[in-house]
Amino acid sequence: MRQLTFAQAIVEATAQEMRRDPSVCVWGIDVGPYGSAFAATRGLYEEFGPERVIDMPVSELGYVGAGVGAAATGIRPVVELQFSDWITLASEMLINQAAKMRYMFGGVISIPMVLRAPVGGYLSAGAQHSNSFESMYAFVPGLKVVLPSTPYDAKGLLKSAIRDNNPVIFFEHKKLYEQKGEVPEDDYLIPLGQADVKRPGKHVTIVTYAYMVSKSLAAAQQLAQEGIDVEVIDLRTIDPMDEEAIIASVKKTHRLVIVQETWRKCSVSSEVAAVVAEKALDYLDAPVVRVTAKDVPVPFSPVLENYVLPQEADIVAAVRRVANA
Amino acid sequence: MNIPKQTLLLMYERMLKIRHFEDRVRVLFAAGEMPGFVHLYLGQEAVAVGACAALNDDDYITSTHRGHGHLIAKGGEMKYMMAELYGKATGYNKGKGGSMHIAWPALGILGANGIVGAGLPIATGAALSAKLRKSGQVAVCFFGDGASNEGTFHESLNIAAAFNLPCVYVCENNLYAVGTRQSKVRKIEDIADRAVGYGMPGLAIDGNDVITVYETAKEAVDRARAGGGPTLIECKTYRWRAHFEGEPDTYRPPEEVEAWIKREPIAPYRRRLIEQGIMTESEAQAIEQAVIKELDEAVEFARQSPLPQPETALEGLWA
Repeated sequence: MRQLTFAQAIVEATAQEMRRDPSVCVWGIDVGPYGSAFAATRGLYEEFGPERVIDMPVSELGYVGAGVGAAATGIRPVVELQFSDWITLASEMLINQAAKMRYMFGGVISIPMVLRAPVGGYLSAGAQHSNSFESMYAFVPGLKVVLPSTPYDAKGLLKSAIRDNNPVIFFEHKKLYEQKGEVPEDDYLIPLGQADVKRPGKHVTIVTYAYMVSKSLAAAQQLAQEGIDVEVIDLRTIDPMDEEAIIASVKKTHRLVIVQETWRKCSVSSEVAAVVAEKALDYLDAPVVRVTAKDVPVPFSPVLENYVLPQEADIVAAVRRVANA
Repeated sequence: MNIPKQTLLLMYERMLKIRHFEDRVRVLFAAGEMPGFVHLYLGQEAVAVGACAALNDDDYITSTHRGHGHLIAKGGEMKYMMAELYGKATGYNKGKGGSMHIAWPALGILGANGIVGAGLPIATGAALSAKLRKSGQVAVCFFGDGASNEGTFHESLNIAAAFNLPCVYVCENNLYAVGTRQSKVRKIEDIADRAVGYGMPGLAIDGNDVITVYETAKEAVDRARAGGGPTLIECKTYRWRAHFEGEPDTYRPPEEVEAWIKREPIAPYRRRLIEQGIMTESEAQAIEQAVIKELDEAVEFARQSPLPQPETALEGLWA
């Protein structure tokens, strides 16, 4: 089958939706002729022109807020942040406005906006270009949060996100943009809120998402040689979270490791652990183990960064611990 | 400017509606009839009414924490507003919003807003949307002097000017942001001067003269609709009451408050319309009586309306 990079899959999803629905427009920094910092809008300007693919000034609060206002009035904006680290600047518009408007106004306004934003580390990009803030936004009622791990998923999830009538934050890992994978040309959708078993297994469940899926799969391959059969569940969307998929896997393997790139406290992994504690504790044969970043900012020097962010070896060690418990 | 008689009378009626609505809310709130807290628009009626009279029904506005006046000026019905203030199921937003969060897109009202300055990017986005859809709509963004010091002000006005968006920014300068006099925290006298920095017209006007507000807004709205881009209009005005009802107003000299109350917008406008033969004394009285009757009915509607079922608190998050 045809191979696309993750970035090309994002472009294809956006272009298909723009062809299908004239109200879909794209804006952000350098999304026009430049094609966006990670090539995730490349070609859109050429096809759809400056009216629908708009280069914005460096005003994250302003242009994300303009997305909220446009979404409330008949446009379906796909807004890009050049780096998700700057979502802090736009957070007022996401947390107090986009997330609340439908509820607070008794359902008379909807905000069908997608905010796309590159996340993650492993690039020596330093503490302000390596963040993974997804836990913060999953915490807020009214925002959907998506983190695809493959080109195939990226396309199907983004198309669903653009068609969704709610605000969706779509985090794209920077290490994934150039990864290739099979992507059909057709118009397929992957529903938000549906996890995917990326590798079936019998002994231990790994629940993970985004870039950590590939690290978890690599760890699983290594562990298979030791006779440990790992099931890798890719959450794909962390809000809504597919609790059923998590619980079904835990009921099968009775052992759970949660792997995430971001910080540990009050995070996605905390939520997954709590869901299992509340709904499937009796099925666990070993304590839950979490593999996460250490709770410090992501440092610059590769040796420091690798110490702080989760590595394949950390995942292997964690799985061995629960497998042998 | 030749203002149609119908518009002149509508502006009189809407200013009166705001005046009576807010004064009644003052009394009812003090009597403990409504929960939460309220920010009254008394004294600023000419700004909302003059600006909204320049708009079409499907034009947009964004409003503020002091939003009752904007909603009435844009055609909001007092009964549904009052019910919302009472937290009733029949309110505009089913009791989920309250005084600071009323929206009604059918009238172009994209929401009052509890976050100072947050309406600026939203109005800008609505204007961008109108431009992208080629709908011919205009957005008016109401905000205060305090909001003009927020980052949203800078980012929004720059975006609107850069893209020639059909947005009119109406700054209600009532001299105080909660308890801080603006001259203490802003070097320049006129906020309108900032427009130069964005490349748009900026006008500082008497916000207590509804004709001046209307004429200025009309010109800006017409220009925006014709593709001429945004305008910043600073309306000098004053709120009669403290920041919110129940706040001790210790920060404003009483003689300043009295002087501004003497400059209130409605009585001189009433005299003017009668002198110019637009309405007679008895017509003026009839308009006012009709407003009071409608308000009485609105209060009764709010009082008699059911409270929301508690479980409805879990509804309506997702579209």
